[in-house]
Amino acid sequence: MANSQNNWARYDLWDERHLSLDRFAVEDPENGFCAAASPHDPKPSLVIEQGRIIEMDGVPASEFDMIDEFIARHYFDLLIAETAMAIDSREFAHMLVDVTVPRERLVKLSAGMTPAKLAEVLGHLSTLELAFANSKLRCRRQPSNQAHVTNAKDDPVQMAADAATAALYGFDEIETTVRVASNGRTNAIACAVGAAVVRDGVLIQCSLEEAEELRIALAGFTSYTETMSVYGTEDSFIDGDDTPWSKAFLTAVYASRGLKARCTSGSSAELLMGFHEGKSMLYLEARCVCLQRAMGVQGTQNGGIDGAPLTSSVPRGGWELLAENVLAALLDLECASGNDTRHSESEIRVGAKIMPYLMSGTDFICSGFGSIPKYDNSFNASLFNAEELEDFLALQREFQVEGGLQHVPEDQLMAARARAIEAISAVLETLNLGRLTTAQKRSVLYAHGSDETASFMPGEVAGMNAALMERNITFVEVVQALAARGFTTEATRLLSMARQRVSGDYLQTAAIIRDGRVVSAVNDPNRYSGPGTGYVMTEERRQAISRMRREVSKQDVLAGEGATGQQDSRHWRIESKGEAEPGDDPREVVIGISPGFGERLHKTTGGVPLYKVLAALMKGIRERGGRPRVVRVRHTADTSFLGLTAARLAGSGIGIGIQGKGTTVIHRHDQSPHMNLELFSQAPLIGEADYRAIGGNAARYALGQSPTPITISYRGQALGARFHVQTALLYAIETSMIEAGQNPEALEVEFYDGR
Amino acid sequence: MTDDEKPNTLYALYPIGEKQPDRVRTRNGHPLRDLTLDNLLAGHVAASDFGITAEGLRLQAAIAEQAGRLNLAQNLRRGAELVEIPDNVLLGVYELLRPGRAHSADELRSAAKQLRDTYGAKETASLLEEAALVYERRGIFQRRF
Repeated sequence: MANSQNNWARYDLWDERHLSLDRFAVEDPENGFCAAASPHDPKPSLVIEQGRIIEMDGVPASEFDMIDEFIARHYFDLLIAETAMAIDSREFAHMLVDVTVPRERLVKLSAGMTPAKLAEVLGHLSTLELAFANSKLRCRRQPSNQAHVTNAKDDPVQMAADAATAALYGFDEIETTVRVASNGRTNAIACAVGAAVVRDGVLIQCSLEEAEELRIALAGFTSYTETMSVYGTEDSFIDGDDTPWSKAFLTAVYASRGLKARCTSGSSAELLMGFHEGKSMLYLEARCVCLQRAMGVQGTQNGGIDGAPLTSSVPRGGWELLAENVLAALLDLECASGNDTRHSESEIRVGAKIMPYLMSGTDFICSGFGSIPKYDNSFNASLFNAEELEDFLALQREFQVEGGLQHVPEDQLMAARARAIEAISAVLETLNLGRLTTAQKRSVLYAHGSDETASFMPGEVAGMNAALMERNITFVEVVQALAARGFTTEATRLLSMARQRVSGDYLQTAAIIRDGRVVSAVNDPNRYSGPGTGYVMTEERRQAISRMRREVSKQDVLAGEGATGQQDSRHWRIESKGEAEPGDDPREVVIGISPGFGERLHKTTGGVPLYKVLAALMKGIRERGGRPRVVRVRHTADTSFLGLTAARLAGSGIGIGIQGKGTTVIHRHDQSPHMNLELFSQAPLIGEADYRAIGGNAARYALGQSPTPITISYRGQALGARFHVQTALLYAIETSMIEAGQNPEALEVEFYDGR
Repeated sequence: MTDDEKPNTLYALYPIGEKQPDRVRTRNGHPLRDLTLDNLLAGHVAASDFGITAEGLRLQAAIAEQAGRLNLAQNLRRGAELVEIPDNVLLGVYELLRPGRAHSADELRSAAKQLRDTYGAKETASLLEEAALVYERRGIFQRRF
C-alpha cells in the first residue's frame, strides 16, 4: 500500500484483506450502539391490579407509549404473569437449555414475562447456549430454508428458470421482489410457474407495497407475506408509517385473504431510523417480538435483517442477532432467522455467522438465501448467494446439519430449467404477452445470471404487467394457458397451491408444504429433549446432503490412472529381470520404486507422468556423475523403507525411494529408517525439474559430496484439502499391491522418446 | 383434556385439507375434492372458489386455540370477520389506522361502527375503538402530510 501509515508490514497485508472493508463501531449506548444491557434499558417489572397492568418495565400505565400499551393489553397471560416474573432470570436461562424442561412450559411462562425480563433472561446465555436453546425452542421440528429469486431485468423467463432451480435445491419458500415497482405480477407468475415445474407446494411471496402485494396475492399468484415491519420505539413505528393497531389490523386482513403472514423486525432498524432512545438492540427487539405475539401473527422474520450489518459492527453483535431469533422461538413465533443481508465482506465471518443456525436448525435458516447471483439480487446481496451455495452444501455435509438444501445433478437442473423456460414462455405466448426465439430461450437456459441472458428487458416486462393488470389476469388464466399447452403437471400443481388456500391449513404456525402436504408446528411440533429426539435426519436425507459435485471415489482415481497408463505405454517400457542383487559400483545410486509405480499408478499428485519422473531422476543422477539403477520394491510402499531398501542395494550406499504418488526420499544404507538424507513429502508441488535436482543430489551424496538440500517452493496452499483424498486413494492402491517377504526386482527401463 | 390427548385430536383434524376435507366448502358451496383441473377447465368451479372462507378461518382459529396459540386464534377470528368485506373497504380502514390519517378518535370510532353494524366484525371493531383511545392519548391524530 503506497500511502501506508503502518509500521508493521503485516498490517499492510491485513489492509488488503476483505475484512478491512468491514467497519467496526465503538460500543456507545448513548448513541444506540449497544447490543444488550444498555444503562438506559429498564429494569423488569410488572404490576397488576384487579386484572389490569398498571406498570410495566418501570413505566406507569399512564405513560405507556403505543408499544407498551399494545403489549400490556394483548400480550400477557395474566394468570401466569406473577409466577413468571418471579422466576430468577438466570434460573429461567437454565431452563431454556435444560432438556428436561419441555418447550411448552417455557412458551407458556414467556407469556408472563415483560420485554425487559426476556432480554435479561437471554443475557445469561452464551452463544453456544443460545444455539442449544434454539434447537429446543424452534416451532417446527423440520428445519427449512427460503430463497430470494430475483433478477436485474425483472425478466420472467430467467425468473422461472431460477425458481425451478431454487425448488430443486430444496427451498420451501421463494421470495421475489422487483426492480421496477409495477413488475410484480410477472415476477410472481414466473416464480409460481417455475417452482411448479419441480414440485407441488413451494410458497411464493412477492415483496411490494402493501396494497399491491395484496392484489397480487388475491390474483392467486402468491401465498405469503413477510414484510409487515414492526419497530421497538414509538417514533420509529410512526416514521415507518404504521402503529401496532394498523399492523394488527393488516395481519387480520392477510388472514382474511388466506395468506400466510410474518412480521419483520430486527435490531438496528431503530438505530438506522434515528429513534433508538439509547436502549439496547436486544431490549428493543424484545418489544418487537412481544408485540408480534400480541398481534396474533404466526411468525416473524428477525435477526437483524436490513440492520444486520450495523448490529454486526458492535461488540456482541452476532450474539445479539442469534438472541433475537431465540426470543422469537421462545415466544412460539415461526422464525425466519435472517441470515439474509450480507453482514460482512469477510467470507470467514459469513461462514462463522451461519454455523450456530445450522447447528440448531431454525424454521427458515435464511430469509432468504440469495439463490441467484449477488448482482441479480433485487433485495441486496444475501449472506449466502448463488456464488456460495456449494459452500453451504459443504457445511451441511461436513457437520451433518440440516440447512434445507441438497446437491442437484446437472442433468436434472438443465431439464428443470429447460421445462420452466418452456412453461413460462407458453403462458406468456398464450396470454399474448411476449414471445422469445429459440436462441433467446437458450441464453437463459445456460445462464448463471442476467448478464448472460438475451431474453426480456425491463421495458417489455413493464408492458406485460400493464396488460396483466388491465385484463385482470388471475391464476385461473395461467392454469388454463399451461393446460392448453400440455403442461398438465404444472397446471395441476398451481391449482393445488390455490386449493390449499381454501382450507387455510398453512395459516398455522411455521407451515410449509412438502409434497403437497402441509407441515407446521401443529402436526410437526419440535419436541427436542436431548440426543436422538427432535429432528433426526433419515438415512435417505443423510445420503442426500452428503452428495457434492467433484466427489472422488476409488473408481474415479483408478479410471483416471488407467487412462493415463494406456497413453504412457507409448513412452516407456518397464520389465522385471528377476531378483535384484546388491551392487558394487561406488557411483551407483539405486532408485527403489513402489509396488504400483508405473503398474497401476501413472502420474504423481502433482500431475507429472511417472515415466517423466523416473527419466528426470535418472538424468539428474547421470549429470552429477552417478549411475542409476532401478529396482521394484514389492514388500513395502512406505517412502522411508523404499529409500532404505534401495540404499542397501546401491554400491554407493545411497538410494532414492519413490512412491507412485510422487513422494520421494534420498536415503543412506546405514541410517535408521526415518532418519533420511532428504525427504520430499509435498508431492503435489514437486515438478519434473525438482526430480532431476533430487537425482543430482543423490549422485553427489554417492560421490561423498555435501550438496545443498533441495527446497520445494511452498506458498501456503492447503495441500491436504486439495490433494489428500486422491493421495489416500492412490496410496491405498499401492498398499493393496504389497507382497510381504518379496525381494526387490531388477528392472529394465526403456524410454522411447530419447530421454 | 390432558397433554397426551391433545395432540391426538389435533392430528385427527389437522391438516383439514388432508384429514377432514369434507369439513370445508368453497365460497360457492363446492367440497374441496371438486377443485380439480378438469372442473376448472370445464368451468364447473371458478376463481372465487379458491378463496378462504369465514368458516375455514374459524376452524383454523379453533385449531390454533387447541394448540395453545390464543393470540393467533384471535387473529384468525378477526380474519374470519373480514372475509366478506371488499378489498377497498379494508384498505380504507387500514389507511385510516396509519399515523396522522384520521384526525380524531371519532373517525376511527365511526369506522369501527361501520365494521360492526354493516359487516358484523365485532372483534375487529373493538380493535379500532381501542386504537382510537390510545391514538388520542399519544397524539397520533396529528397531521403528518
